[in-house]
Amino acid sequence: MTVLLHPAQPAAPPAALPLKSLRVAPGRRMKNHLATTVIVGSFGLALVPLVWLLWTVAGNGLAALTRAGWFTRSQRNLTYTDAGGGAFHAIVGTAEQVGLCALISIPVALMLGIYLVEYGRGWFARLTTFMVDILTGLPSIVAALFIYAVFIQTLGGQRAGWLVSLALVMLMIPVVVRTTEEMLRIVPGQLREAAYALGVPKWKTIVRVVVPTALNGIVTGVVLGIARVAGETAPLLVLVGYAPDTNADLFAGPQAALPTMINNEALNFTTQGTYVLGAGGQRELVHNFAVDRMWGAALTLIVIVMGLNLLARLIGRRREAA
Amino acid sequence: MTPQPTTTSEPRGLARRSPRNRPPVNANGHRSGNPSGRIGDRVFSGAARACAGFAVVLILLVAAFLIVRAVPVIRADQANFLFSRAFEVTTAPLRFGVLDLAWVTASSSLIALVLAVPVATGVALFITQYAPAAVRKPVGYVIDLLAAIPSIIYGIWGIYVLAPRLEAVQQALYHLGFIPLFRDEGVATGSIFDAAVVLAVMILPIVTAIARDVFDRTPREHVEAAWAIGATRWEAIRYAVLPYGRAGLVSGAMLGLGRALGETIAVMLILSKPALGSPFTWSMFAGGQTFASIIGLNMQEANGPTQTGAYIAAGLVLFGLSFLVNAAARLIVSGHREYA
Repeated sequence: MTVLLHPAQPAAPPAALPLKSLRVAPGRRMKNHLATTVIVGSFGLALVPLVWLLWTVAGNGLAALTRAGWFTRSQRNLTYTDAGGGAFHAIVGTAEQVGLCALISIPVALMLGIYLVEYGRGWFARLTTFMVDILTGLPSIVAALFIYAVFIQTLGGQRAGWLVSLALVMLMIPVVVRTTEEMLRIVPGQLREAAYALGVPKWKTIVRVVVPTALNGIVTGVVLGIARVAGETAPLLVLVGYAPDTNADLFAGPQAALPTMINNEALNFTTQGTYVLGAGGQRELVHNFAVDRMWGAALTLIVIVMGLNLLARLIGRRREAA
Repeated sequence: MTPQPTTTSEPRGLARRSPRNRPPVNANGHRSGNPSGRIGDRVFSGAARACAGFAVVLILLVAAFLIVRAVPVIRADQANFLFSRAFEVTTAPLRFGVLDLAWVTASSSLIALVLAVPVATGVALFITQYAPAAVRKPVGYVIDLLAAIPSIIYGIWGIYVLAPRLEAVQQALYHLGFIPLFRDEGVATGSIFDAAVVLAVMILPIVTAIARDVFDRTPREHVEAAWAIGATRWEAIRYAVLPYGRAGLVSGAMLGLGRALGETIAVMLILSKPALGSPFTWSMFAGGQTFASIIGLNMQEANGPTQTGAYIAAGLVLFGLSFLVNAAARLIVSGHREYA
């Protein structure tokens, strides 16, 4: 956005600054070297958690993910001492909840972005921008409490998947609005003027000229918004119960989602294995499958979210190439 | 799509129009062709305005509903809502206050900020001042990947993988135990410190993004002037880039603080829950609950307006806090933008 105001700085001008020949005092040269080390080091430091985390999740989750039935079976009637089962129920829940959220968010956010760029003038536009900023920083748990207060406490509804979608809408809208706004602003004014000159009404100019020109960037924003809400956990905790079996009904009953599946398996997490009562009445140490499932669900979620991010980048790159 | 020179979409409107009965300039500042265009304009701009109004009203509704649900319960509270450490909402005399929650929320977020801001500044300087232009974008993308990882995955990684490794750091810092902040409270993993380290990683991308943005906007002339008088690369950063970016850094840090304050699931999984009635401690090596984590942990089981009302009251305080922090950050950013 604002980066556009100034051209990017050339890569390394000090290459043209031969430090030694200028006889920079040793103290200053040392300081310069130290600063370089610290700055490059801080970038290295930032990579540590990223690589470590991805490595942990991939290493621990791959076994579950590649097992037969992971994508086709639920956790119905399975406890953490039983092998097998999959994440189908959670994937269905996440897909439905995020799908409904996107269905509501995209048109609203698109129109909001259009308002801010094409119509917004004066105090109301400034107020809207400010409120979108506040929405961007709204903690997801507060969004969940709001939906709870309205739909469960005030309107007497029951916990269900669609309420999660509504809470996610509040988190997705600001992401999409921001990118839409940014993309619409860089559509050249001449395109609009050319359309007006031909007598095309303003709304048709927006729908047929402005939005299509910015479409790639807007789609990027939508995909990033979907990626953001797909990993949200707090609204799920407050607004829908977890169920180990597949519930495709968005409007009734507990429904699993990938984040709550991770949370649920984490309740039984142990690296030690678990004792069960064997056939002969003696205690037997068995493998704890909750661990595998937890990392498996985590890897599934990361693959989905990172895949969406990658997709967004690819769409974004197509825009730059065009 | 580019505008077509032909107006095949509206042949009738154009045919009907002659120079003499050209419609007056409409509210949108341009001549609208046909009546359907004018109605279309009104409907479309109305819809756009309605969506903008929705965003404005939404925030007000959040505040209104939280207040309506929280106030009766705060009134029924037998303890001081702001200064009580208790949070007993399941047993008969309703006694709850937010003092402990506020302390743990603030301390974990502030420690996260102390850890994240220097690293974020370094990363932003690396990307804008050191990295070759060709790798600048991919490097920025890698940092953004940190923001893409769902917080629950930070949570399970934090408590099961990172926290056991941080135990050694914690043991080492116990030697500074004469300072209350570093006192040994017997919490090996799941301390405020563990949560703060994970929060620091989680807010790193947003702080970096804002810092990158302002460093990128440092006027080229300032840096070149510094070089021209013989400044080293570091001195140019120290005397040209950093002073210019200070306001942006502050607002980036505040946005990061806002994120850290409201983080739920990662903190909830990491923090160990202290026993009921345990004494207050200043130590960052103790467990605890934040506003967000206590809500996330208990709302699933909460029943009845009294219990849920108590958690909504905690949520209301969190909403107020994050509103203030975010608003302040945005004000600093917009002030800076005008000046830049």
